[in-house]
Amino acid sequence: MAHAVAHEHDHNKSYLEVGRSIWGWLTTTDHKKIGIMYLFTIMIYFAVGGISALLVRLELIAPGKTFFSPDTYNVLFTLHGAIMTFLFIVPGIPATLGNFLLPLMIGAKDVAFPRINLASYYVYLIGSFISLVSLLSPADTGWTFYAPYSMKTNGLVVWLTLGAFIMGFASILTGFNFIVTVHRMRAPGLGWSNLPLFVWALYATAIIQLLATPVVGMNLVLLIFERVLDIGIFNPAKGGDPILFEQFFWFYSHPVVYIMILPAFGVVSEILPVFSRRPIFGYKAIAYSSLAIALVSFLVWGHHLFVSGMSDWARYIFSFLTFFVAVPTAIKIFNWLATLWKGSLEITATPMYYTLGFLFMFTIAGLTGLHLAVLSTDVYLHDTYFVVAHFHYTMQGGTVFALIAGLHYWFPKITGRWYNKKVAFWGWLILFVGFNATFLPQFLLGLEGMPRRYFDYLPHFQTWHLVSTIGSWFNGLGYVIVLTNLLVSAFTGEKAEANPYNALSLEWQTSSPPPETNFITTPTFPASIYDYGTEGKEEDTSKTKKAV
Amino acid sequence: MSVSSIKEFETIKHPVHEELAGYEGAKFGMWLFLATELLLFGVLFAGFAIFHAKYPVEFKLAHMSLDRVMGSINTVILITSSMTVALAIDAIQRGKRNLSIWFLVATILLASGFLVVKYFEYTAKFHHNIFPGNAQQVVIDHHTHQYGPVPSQWEGKAVDKNGVNLFFSFYFVMTGIHGLHVLIGMIVLTWVLIGMIKGKYTHWYYTPVENSGLYWHLVDLIWIYLFPLFYLIQ
Repeated sequence: MAHAVAHEHDHNKSYLEVGRSIWGWLTTTDHKKIGIMYLFTIMIYFAVGGISALLVRLELIAPGKTFFSPDTYNVLFTLHGAIMTFLFIVPGIPATLGNFLLPLMIGAKDVAFPRINLASYYVYLIGSFISLVSLLSPADTGWTFYAPYSMKTNGLVVWLTLGAFIMGFASILTGFNFIVTVHRMRAPGLGWSNLPLFVWALYATAIIQLLATPVVGMNLVLLIFERVLDIGIFNPAKGGDPILFEQFFWFYSHPVVYIMILPAFGVVSEILPVFSRRPIFGYKAIAYSSLAIALVSFLVWGHHLFVSGMSDWARYIFSFLTFFVAVPTAIKIFNWLATLWKGSLEITATPMYYTLGFLFMFTIAGLTGLHLAVLSTDVYLHDTYFVVAHFHYTMQGGTVFALIAGLHYWFPKITGRWYNKKVAFWGWLILFVGFNATFLPQFLLGLEGMPRRYFDYLPHFQTWHLVSTIGSWFNGLGYVIVLTNLLVSAFTGEKAEANPYNALSLEWQTSSPPPETNFITTPTFPASIYDYGTEGKEEDTSKTKKAV
Repeated sequence: MSVSSIKEFETIKHPVHEELAGYEGAKFGMWLFLATELLLFGVLFAGFAIFHAKYPVEFKLAHMSLDRVMGSINTVILITSSMTVALAIDAIQRGKRNLSIWFLVATILLASGFLVVKYFEYTAKFHHNIFPGNAQQVVIDHHTHQYGPVPSQWEGKAVDKNGVNLFFSFYFVMTGIHGLHVLIGMIVLTWVLIGMIKGKYTHWYYTPVENSGLYWHLVDLIWIYLFPLFYLIQ
């Protein structure tokens, strides 16, 4: 009996109080700590990628050479793209919030393979170091490594791509861990139709991670062989075909944008009902549309190659499928709007205005994507700043905003503390204005025909470039404020209670921060975790099931 | 109340040793991993198909340089090793540890046999100045195995030397990466063998044995496609 009591006492300690040494963190198999280690690492890379983006924008403040040589400029945008894609946004939400929350949300102690989860972190870390070795003689290929230029250019392209290949394995390991976790680790009685939508989103993401990543992995290996052994598969001079590299690259790299954005959809689906005090509208539609996106995302890669030599029929089909993939995305947007409809919106709640910012910017991102799916307009807009703006509205306005919304929303759960809400608001405002000031002008630049990746431009483009560059400073400043606020508050913030939002999903039913084993007692969950706005009926026991 | 719930929670979430997923979960995870392996090789198969369509004559000419006898021997070796690994799993499931050890040893030996044959095939190619993306000579007569410079015409059709080079690029890359998988499989099987000798596996716990067996079958399966593709199909 005494033993059992001591045992219970251990369980009451939060995960942050167990194994506090550095070694304890580095060797932990606790999904929560691994999520936090991932978060810190990707944020460091986010800063590096962000600084290189600011330098790119700085060079573009005026036509001609202003600060850097053209070669340095090429290196900077390659660095920005490669770091932001492979080191920051692919692990992005799944490896951080996903790792932390997935087991909590399904009432499990941990993911299915805790040691593989830790291995995934180190594989990612080693991969990122290897890719950074290329800085000794930086690559200038852009993050797309297009053949045949990437086969011929100087610079350590081999190291950069080898690093990306290895980081791909980290992504695969996370993905397959999540799929098995969702299948096998749900608390007894927690059915698929009652899973949080964030879990559905992670599940759909994991399918893409699993099936798309190996394709780009082998493609990069072939590129490495091309450089080392001169095998000629992508080399037109040796009878090969560089377009094949592009095809394989986008076979991964289009689905990968859904690896980036689907978890963001999940975050938004969690936050909106809580702060609208309304049940999520169209639960099944949102859940299944994630799977539909995962499926169709494999069939649209051709739209990156509309002007690269492709038969008309292939163009029609890829164009049609690209429109088609917008349907499940639009389904989500409409369901979110319907969730807001007649809800009592807590517009002043930090996660809520971040999420509404997401909705605004992602809608712009989605609609401008349609312009690029139209064959005739794509020919005109291809490789212009219009594409750059569209992409950043999806990735930064979409994914990064959702990541930050999620970090604020779950911050009390993760740290057991509150962030400074005033600072969070001002950070949001500066970020929102700065982001839109940076990228709205780029749509106009693209429409006027400004090609992307150019070092120099004609004088009449300067006004919008100047606005964009000034906007980028505010964009960067916003991140500094927001992330510093979170970092400082993690140590000094006011204590938060276990369930400050009266949320129904399982992660809020345990203490903040959670104990090492996530739950001390068997978690109970309501018949629907999105039953908001029915608080009066909450005592109705028929709606509450015991987990076991 | 809480004490009993802790116990309940522990037992439910900790069905077996080590990994929380348990036997079914680990096997499910392995199948998912095998799916990624198929896509990894899928790129190479797709690339092969594309260039086979582009250079049909050259691929037909080049494939004659491969040694069908050695390829057949390797096919037999790998299929047999797939059988022995299945027998090793069956043996441990029935609790016959010693038998399982011998079947594992046999599998590892067969795997090394495969690599030895592959080594001789590769060195023979290098000897005739055939490298990835660069074939100075090919077999120009099927019956006499006569090597000669790549002809400009063959069986009445023009030959593009690039196509012949590309055939060997695919040959070395695909069989090389497959060979790497054989090597990894051997390492995994050796690790399982050590565990088996130490007595880690029993008739009620054999998940790693079965999963490494699944991996080995995949390595075998890929070879089953590589062999006809390179050695047999004209």
